[in-house]
Amino acid sequence: MRFGIITFPGSNGDHDALMAVRLGLGQPAELVWHTETDLSAYDCLIIPGGFSYGDYLRPGAIARFAPVMEAVAREAEAGKPILGICNGFQILTEAHLLPGALLRNASLEFVCDWVFVRVEQVRTPWTNRLKPGQVLRLPIAHGDGRYYVDERTLRDLERNGQIVFRYVDAQGHATSDANPNGSVANIAGVCNERGNVVGLMPHPERAYDRLIGGDDGLAILASVLAVGLELALGRSV
Amino acid sequence: MSDTARWRAEVYVSLRPGVNDPQGLAVRDGLRRLGYDEVEEVRVGRFVQVWLTAPDAESAHRRVAAMCEQLLANPVVEQYRFTIEPAER
Repeated sequence: MRFGIITFPGSNGDHDALMAVRLGLGQPAELVWHTETDLSAYDCLIIPGGFSYGDYLRPGAIARFAPVMEAVAREAEAGKPILGICNGFQILTEAHLLPGALLRNASLEFVCDWVFVRVEQVRTPWTNRLKPGQVLRLPIAHGDGRYYVDERTLRDLERNGQIVFRYVDAQGHATSDANPNGSVANIAGVCNERGNVVGLMPHPERAYDRLIGGDDGLAILASVLAVGLELALGRSV
Repeated sequence: MSDTARWRAEVYVSLRPGVNDPQGLAVRDGLRRLGYDEVEEVRVGRFVQVWLTAPDAESAHRRVAAMCEQLLANPVVEQYRFTIEPAER
């Protein structure tokens, strides 16, 4: 299954994602420069973390207008699995491919830590190998991770099952102490209505092997292989 | 184009009411620590100046509003207002 990983000026998680896919999953992956306009060669896409365009104006605000983003929007529309990690999540919200916005952490501090997240939705191509309620341990590293939606949109997200991950404690409880950035309803990740586009602040690509501190992220990346299997068998996705 | 004038827009972007503004809270607490006990609330925003050409003030206004909607502000969490003044050529 061919993974395309998009590199913007200022991306710094692109090589992490590349290594996670190649070494963790044993799948072919390529970096795709932000000027690319055709992404049809890839079976799924990762928008990696970093500080695209220096986070100028707002994180993700400038990257949203990169030439490659028109192609990303087309592939999202076509149903291709797309995963936005950290800055990639911010870019996807700025591009309106995911609901909400990511604001400065409530603490005003950059947070670099390991957190626990609970899996809330397993019908997405990025979570189908996980169990509802399963708790994963993943690293975070962000200054603007406070997920925000207004109350009405929050109700819509709950009703549509678009909340994919929540920050929890080790026992799986979504407490305020377990919320590292002040996100609304402890939200760590969401998906679009269709479910093919997922964004999250934690870094699954930095947790693909116990040698680097944990391998809980691998199950997220591996979930999408089910789509690759269907493609290989010639079924429609 | 001789019929095109030059304008300067001053755009103020701030978080929408109700959206928690931790920067504003930190500044408010700082002011109070300095003895400004009368400070009730502080909200921190962004100030952007844009120089542009447009045939008249109305079309300059229309263009700047579109810029705010599309890039300068994120309507999901931010609000904006702006003024437009003639600028030197």
